[in-house]
Amino acid sequence: MTAPLHEPTAEAAPSAADEAALIAGSAEAKAVQGRSLGRIAWERLKRDKLALAGGMVVLVLILIALLAPVIANLVGQDPETHHEDLIDPLFSTPTGSFGGISGDHLFGVEPVSGRDIFARIIYGARISLLVGFLSALVAVVLGTILGVLAGYFGGWIDATVSRVMDGLLAFPQLLFIIALVSVMPNEMLGLTGTGVRLFVMILVIGFFGWPYVGRVVRGQTLSLREREYVEAARSLGAGRFYILFKELLPNLVAPIIVYTTMMIPTNILTEAALSFLGVGVKPPTASWGQMLSAAIDYYESDPMYMVIPGVAIFITVLSFNLFGDGVRDALDPKGSR
Amino acid sequence: MSTQRTTGRRKQAVAAAAVVAALLSTAACGGGNDDDGGGSKTGAAGFDAANNKVAQASLAKKGGTLKFAGAQDADSWDTTRGYYGFMWNFSRYYSRQLVTNKTAPGATGAEVTPDLAEKTAEISDDGKTYKYTLREGSTWEDGKPITSKDVKYGIERAWAQDVLSGGPIYLQQVLDPKKEYKGPYKDKSADKLGLKAIETPDDKTIIFKLPAANSDFEEMLALTSASPVRQDKDTKSKYGLKPFSSGPYKFQSYTPSKGIVLVRNTEWKASSDPVRKAYPDKITVDFFTNANDMDQRLIKGDYDLDIGQTGLSPQGRTTALKQHKANLDNPVSGYIRYAVFPQSVKPFDNEHCRKAVIYGADHESLQTARGGPVAGGDIGTNMLPPSVPGSEGQKYDPYELATANKNGNAAKAKEELKACGKPNGFKTTIAVRNNKPVEVATAESLQASLKKVGITVDIEQFDGAQTTGIIGSPSNVKKKGYGIIIMGWGPDFPSVQGYGLPLWSSDYILESGNNNFALIKDKTIDGLFDSYTKELDDTKKAAISTEINHKVMEGGYYLPFVFEKFINWRSNRLANVYTTDGYSGQYDFVNLGLKK
Repeated sequence: MTAPLHEPTAEAAPSAADEAALIAGSAEAKAVQGRSLGRIAWERLKRDKLALAGGMVVLVLILIALLAPVIANLVGQDPETHHEDLIDPLFSTPTGSFGGISGDHLFGVEPVSGRDIFARIIYGARISLLVGFLSALVAVVLGTILGVLAGYFGGWIDATVSRVMDGLLAFPQLLFIIALVSVMPNEMLGLTGTGVRLFVMILVIGFFGWPYVGRVVRGQTLSLREREYVEAARSLGAGRFYILFKELLPNLVAPIIVYTTMMIPTNILTEAALSFLGVGVKPPTASWGQMLSAAIDYYESDPMYMVIPGVAIFITVLSFNLFGDGVRDALDPKGSR
Repeated sequence: MSTQRTTGRRKQAVAAAAVVAALLSTAACGGGNDDDGGGSKTGAAGFDAANNKVAQASLAKKGGTLKFAGAQDADSWDTTRGYYGFMWNFSRYYSRQLVTNKTAPGATGAEVTPDLAEKTAEISDDGKTYKYTLREGSTWEDGKPITSKDVKYGIERAWAQDVLSGGPIYLQQVLDPKKEYKGPYKDKSADKLGLKAIETPDDKTIIFKLPAANSDFEEMLALTSASPVRQDKDTKSKYGLKPFSSGPYKFQSYTPSKGIVLVRNTEWKASSDPVRKAYPDKITVDFFTNANDMDQRLIKGDYDLDIGQTGLSPQGRTTALKQHKANLDNPVSGYIRYAVFPQSVKPFDNEHCRKAVIYGADHESLQTARGGPVAGGDIGTNMLPPSVPGSEGQKYDPYELATANKNGNAAKAKEELKACGKPNGFKTTIAVRNNKPVEVATAESLQASLKKVGITVDIEQFDGAQTTGIIGSPSNVKKKGYGIIIMGWGPDFPSVQGYGLPLWSSDYILESGNNNFALIKDKTIDGLFDSYTKELDDTKKAAISTEINHKVMEGGYYLPFVFEKFINWRSNRLANVYTTDGYSGQYDFVNLGLKK
């Protein structure tokens, strides 16, 4: 993020104290253009074909993840049934060509167990997206709250939050998660097995992600709090929290959205990496990273097994990034482009 | 014996492995300039040509460098401390024992033959006294003769478990069951030879006096842990870094997890050693961090064989089977891979719940998970490995695992569940080592098939390097609720005692490092082991072994997966190659030769 947001429009910074000016202003705006910030952004986004395509793919992925059991049912497969009859007992690889791709098994079957890869991929999407979204949510909530507090109040709060952020940014989070997951109990808070792992992953990835949001939000807040409209609100006797929530936060929404769309693919990759290293979800739960990890032993004899989850991760991360880029450009036309 | 090769760790070190591989490959380019450059593709002996028989014995010539590759270093190269199967096999290059395994293929290789001793023991009628006379002319690497006192000192080192942990302790348990001797480092006598059960009246004679007879005693003396060690060369816990050689080769260099170079021990005389042929001039071992990488280098011909002898990994196996079948052998390893049910974890205290799992499992699926009939092995039907006298192989199949019930028998499983009082099934946890992808695959197979009979299992992967403290601790197993543990076991020496005593005897239930995972406390089984150790007749010994196996199977403590088989690689250059039951179906390292 480079430049601060646009001058406050009536919609973005309503102030109860100068209601008269507000009414006059909005009437004037209507006469001139009558378009809200969101609408302007949407107009821009619509023109960005790549971003739209990315957005569509993201939407489809979310649908697939939500409907995974339904889709699996439609093709008559599930992610945990073994089909050893489709495995060559001598080589442990699928008997059919291209990893056993057939009408029944659209993406083929796994070596050794013969589980349906299509079903595992669509179920894996649930894990990837769940971790990606929820950990981003954790990071955004923490980052926004702490960033705004640090930026607005300054002083010792700012100093503390900033140092904590510096520390967390320097922390080797992957190692930390590996260590944490391996000492995690099998049951906690009513969750078992994979549930515990997911909970820990989401929390930790989110926790290490908030400083990225926090830094940006703090910077924005620092510059926004000196703006005239904030000064005006303050001089009219608005309380701190009124200013925080009604004056500042609406102007921070855009950078936060942009950061969220950028953070989700990173988190998906982190989940894949953790599952790849064997500290992600537990078997037999499918995850793309876990599939990649298992494919290492077969990359020569059954390359499709590695290609398919690899492509899935690639497409997901790429479309999130394209969409995120588009959103940023749309919300921030002054940004260097 | 313990298993080797932490294949899982490679995944954490892909990048590092690439670097190491690059380094190793440059190193190999500088070194191996032997006279094998012809690139002959017809030199290999053929598929299974060295399995239980000798391949190309006449082609073995003196000289050359024999090159081992390994995916994991041994636990220790100290003769007292090593417990890995391949370490015992390899140690014959630099250590001799009173008696050792015959250098012969198959079952004969598990028989005992004189080595430092002139002949096998003169055993007293009560089976309690063993007397050996040492051979003339056997020397240490500095030319001094090997004496009976060196042998005694080498054996005594096993008592110093506080300094030299890790090795087998059979001799300690047989010679000094009350643990009266405190080991040579705490020995008050001047010569440090205070162990009363061994007498050395002169430099050539050694007499063992057993408090109670043990019919496998000579087998125990054939273990590497009974090798001589010379007192003035004993560097205690550092001895494994450079053992002092009594065999035909000595250590030139050793860097842990990097490599070993052995060169000829010029003081060793072939006339003093009826066992070792000592063909190559030099023996090298290079350790890799990535098993796939190692397999590729083996197939390329950069190395002669895998020191770990645990079979090619799936990738290399496929390539080798398709393109180099003549370089492969498919021996039975002597290991049984199995699931075991700790009785301390409910509902496995009830034998019917144990049997429900045995019947509910899909045994063919488990076999596929282990690698299939060729690379994994035949479906295991009982708990005595085929290489052990008294075993019946698949002929003894009390649960019809390889026949009628090979895909599981849901009806019988349900019946057993009803008998156990859990007609709707139950929940439990499978504990499996995280560094063994194949074991995780078997856990998933078990999970999938048990689900069909209503038994829900959660798979808990634990750090494979922490086995002794996690599944080896009965209190931890109970606390964590590990109802099913996936493991494997191979004989230390081919007898029911060398295989099953640590697994099934109530005396062997330990607080840490336990291997009697099922916590079997069966007076009949204990009694059978007692009568086995007193029995000197081989036929009767075998009959008792059979009976012990039956008792274990009837209790339903174990679900055997496979009688394990490997697919092992031998290079075109190797001659005089054969697998031996003495080392669990591995190639007999000590007499490997190279073709010129």
